[in-house]
Amino acid sequence: MTGIGFLLPIALGLGLLGLGAFFWSVKSGQFEDLDGAAMRILIDEEEQDGGN
Amino acid sequence: MNAHAAITKPDAFEASLFAVEGMRCAACIARIEGGLVEIPGIHSARVNLSARRVRVEHDPAVGEDVILKALRKVGFDAHPFAGDAITGKRSDESRKLVLALAVSGFAAMNIMLLSVSVWAGAVGTTRDLFHWISALIGVPAVAYSGRPFFESALAAIRKRRTNMDVPISIGVIVTVAMSLYETATGGEHAYFDGAVMLLFFLLAGRFLDSVMRARAEDSVAALLRRVPSEATVLINGKQVRRRVDMLLPGDLLFVAAGERIAADGVVVEGSSNIDRAHITGESLPERIAPGGRVLAGTINLSRPLTIRATAVGNQTAIADIARLMEQASGSKSLYVRIADRAARLYAPAVHSLAGLTFLGWMLAGTGIHQSLLIAVAVLIITCPCALGLAVPIAQVVTAGALMKRGILVKEGSALERLATADIALLDKTGTATRGRLDASDLPEKVGERAILAALAHASRHPLARSVTSALEGVEAAKGDRIAEVPGLGVEGYFADRRWRFGRPDWVGTDRDGGTTTAAFGPTDGGVRLIHFADALRPDAQRAMAELDGLKVLPQLISGDQVDVVRQVAGVMGIQWRARVTPAEKNVLVIEQQAAGHHVLMVGDGLNDGPALKAADVAMAPAAASDVGQMAADIVFFGDSLDAVPRSVRAARRMMRVVKQNFALAIGYNVLAVPLAIAGMVTPLIAALAMSGSSILVVANALRLRSAAR
Repeated sequence: MTGIGFLLPIALGLGLLGLGAFFWSVKSGQFEDLDGAAMRILIDEEEQDGGN
Repeated sequence: MNAHAAITKPDAFEASLFAVEGMRCAACIARIEGGLVEIPGIHSARVNLSARRVRVEHDPAVGEDVILKALRKVGFDAHPFAGDAITGKRSDESRKLVLALAVSGFAAMNIMLLSVSVWAGAVGTTRDLFHWISALIGVPAVAYSGRPFFESALAAIRKRRTNMDVPISIGVIVTVAMSLYETATGGEHAYFDGAVMLLFFLLAGRFLDSVMRARAEDSVAALLRRVPSEATVLINGKQVRRRVDMLLPGDLLFVAAGERIAADGVVVEGSSNIDRAHITGESLPERIAPGGRVLAGTINLSRPLTIRATAVGNQTAIADIARLMEQASGSKSLYVRIADRAARLYAPAVHSLAGLTFLGWMLAGTGIHQSLLIAVAVLIITCPCALGLAVPIAQVVTAGALMKRGILVKEGSALERLATADIALLDKTGTATRGRLDASDLPEKVGERAILAALAHASRHPLARSVTSALEGVEAAKGDRIAEVPGLGVEGYFADRRWRFGRPDWVGTDRDGGTTTAAFGPTDGGVRLIHFADALRPDAQRAMAELDGLKVLPQLISGDQVDVVRQVAGVMGIQWRARVTPAEKNVLVIEQQAAGHHVLMVGDGLNDGPALKAADVAMAPAAASDVGQMAADIVFFGDSLDAVPRSVRAARRMMRVVKQNFALAIGYNVLAVPLAIAGMVTPLIAALAMSGSSILVVANALRLRSAAR
């Protein structure tokens, strides 16, 4: 039973952490442009001088 | 103070959105973002590749035209994005749904972990503890994730109606309330897992539905163009740039060649050609002279004009029409979606069944607590999880399949309405025909084609653009001093000979074929005429025959002359009506509906707007005017009319699957409800039944992936 006392809060905390991270990523617009994100990794650094 | 400065700083810039055509690769992103910031006054540019949009932050002094020119310089055709109002609302909805989905998913997984140990036989304090933790996770999760359903159900009840969300909301709330009571009194059964899982499945369906529609609306919104935000006003002979909302009737406006006209007005000085394609769907430019009337939103093609504004802002013809369309409440808004029609029968049935179960057990002498538990179990087991998924999943999969074929479904219930259509009314210009001018009699010699390509490329006149697209792939010849002469054509020097492409009398021939003819050749003889015609869409005849085979009677209706319409309808092999005014089109639709028919209207122009709105379901080609696209439920890309029978077939297949899904969901209820009434349903059985039936329904709907073949 003491194991549960540790493990349950840990499991829930980790789950909440993931949920929080997901909320943050949606709010900060990371899902707005999925195709663009896949393409941007192909852009060379020096080419993108002050792109954003 | 610092924080304050940081917040106000971005206000110094203005942010504008542009829809950009032809962005496809990483290099495009780099070119646009890198190229734009080199322009003084532009602070940043950010490409959204999924939405094909660029967000530009710039000084207020930098006008739209500067940014558009910069975009053209890096090789992209763009126009100001006009769809904020539509797409903003939809993406907000999707975002709310995805957050609700995440919360219910998180809660479902954690509660399920705890539930498994309860099902496995945890008793006493452990079970109570796990129930309490489940309640702690479940209640806030239901309160948050259930909102889309509760709000919709509340709205329906206020209007004294029911929809699918009413039984869902009642089921979820009653389940949670009873489980809380059970938890507090140390009872055996808590159904938090079932309630949260139900929400998770239903939200998944809603979310997919919302994303699909957002994508379709986004693509359509990107095609929309709008009245310019600035205009050049003549004050005491001086040209001043003014914002459009500061214009007054009576102002003198100067409209440069290639500029969009900002207000309705009368031409005071100058003569030119006006491109009205985005307002009327008419592909031919109109010649106008002093005294002629022009509409806001049309483009002045060839020579500068001075016009006196007669109506500005909300008074313009296009704003008027937009308002009319908004007010029009055709049969579409009266249509009750099939899921809601099912709910009207379903909700009273299950609610009275639960009531009767409670009464029956009470009469049988079981205590009030036990009877209530069994009645609630009936409610949970009949909660229309599969029913709520049956329609959206089928629609999402079908709309996705159609989207891959270039057919965008804008409205959720459009496919349901399309499946019942039995009459198709088609507009002629731009719908049966391509709505653009195709060039014939082009030169065949490689050298001449190269020169023509070079000349045509230098102009944005519709005839020149038509030639450019006809000569795609032809390497343009290198020439000197290529210049457009407004109102006449383009000329240039190739190998020291002067070549012209434009009005026949200007190029050097006295044969004149009207506005649909241009001439091309060297000025020292050897001129040829190039004819332009709005060609019938290819395979129109086959598409019509297919429609006929689907028992949808096609008919051509047009405002054009009798013999033109008869000839086109003859080729297509369908019935026709000529010289129909926009109002008559609308009446025609309403007459057919009164006769008990379901009307599919396929049209593109401003003149079709009211008929598109009035019809049971409306389709428009992607080249249609803004009005046509706004009014249509389904927008299709490409040259082929095949999209119409294809959509009808897909819609009918979807309806078959929806009905199968209903049968599956009801079959599951027939099996499970007796168990529930008998008081034999435990949370484990409820969870299994619920997910089992949902998976069955989703799997069946996935067969629709091939619906658009």
